[in-house]
Amino acid sequence: MVRVQTGPFDVNEEIERLRAADPRVGAIACFIGVVRDRNDGSAIASMTLEHYSGMTEKALDAIVEQARRRWDLYDVLVIHRVGELRPTDPIVLVIVTSAHRGEAFAACEFVMDYLKTEAPFWKQEATPDGKRWVDARDSDGVARERWNEEEGR
Amino acid sequence: MKVTVLYFAALRERVGRAREECEVPEGVETIDALREWLIARGEPWVGAFTRVKSVRAAVDQSMARGDTPLREGAEVAFFPPVTGG
Repeated sequence: MVRVQTGPFDVNEEIERLRAADPRVGAIACFIGVVRDRNDGSAIASMTLEHYSGMTEKALDAIVEQARRRWDLYDVLVIHRVGELRPTDPIVLVIVTSAHRGEAFAACEFVMDYLKTEAPFWKQEATPDGKRWVDARDSDGVARERWNEEEGR
Repeated sequence: MKVTVLYFAALRERVGRAREECEVPEGVETIDALREWLIARGEPWVGAFTRVKSVRAAVDQSMARGDTPLREGAEVAFFPPVTGG
C-alpha cells in the first residue's frame, strides 16, 4: 500500500498492524527518512516537498510491484509526506514484511533506492540565504543502478 | 494536436505557471519536439529550459524519453530530476 499525506505517520501503529495481520511474517524491515538540520553546508529552517499528484502514487505502486516480483514478500507499505516539514520531522516510511530478514532488508533498501530516483517529489529548503531547490545526487543514481547490475549477474 | 503541459518545482517557478493547454502544430509529435516548440516561443520557456539542469519529462504520468510520442489530449509534464525520500 502507498500513501502520500501532509500529516505525520505513526510508525509503531503501522508496524503493529502489519505484524499482527499475517502469522507467516517472520521479519519486518523498516526505514524512516528524516529532515536534517544541515545540508550542503547550510542550516535548514524548513523543507517543502512538492509532488506530482497522480503520478506519484502510480510510481510508488510500480516500485512496490517490482519489489514484490523480485522477492518473496508478504506486505509493503510506503508513506511519503508532502508540504512543509522541519528538522527532525519524519519524511518517508517504508515497511516490508517477509518470512526471513534477507528479503525484508533487501526489499526495503530497493524501494528506497528506486523511490529516490523514480518518484516525482521535489524538495525545497529554506536556508539563512533564502529558499533553494535541492539538487539530485549522483550517488542516488548509482545506488539504483546497483540493483540492475545484481540482476544481470 | 492539443496537449496539457504541466511544470513542477524549479521549472514551474521559472515558467511562472503550473499548467497550460497547448495547441501544437503538425510535426510536433514527441517530447523533444514539444520542448523545442515551447522554447521557440521565447521567454519564459527559453530561460526555464536552459537554466534548469537535466529537465525530465513524463507522458500521461509515466516517465518519458525524448523520443516518447505524444497523442491527442496527452498530459505532458516537465520537471527537474526528482529529490524525494
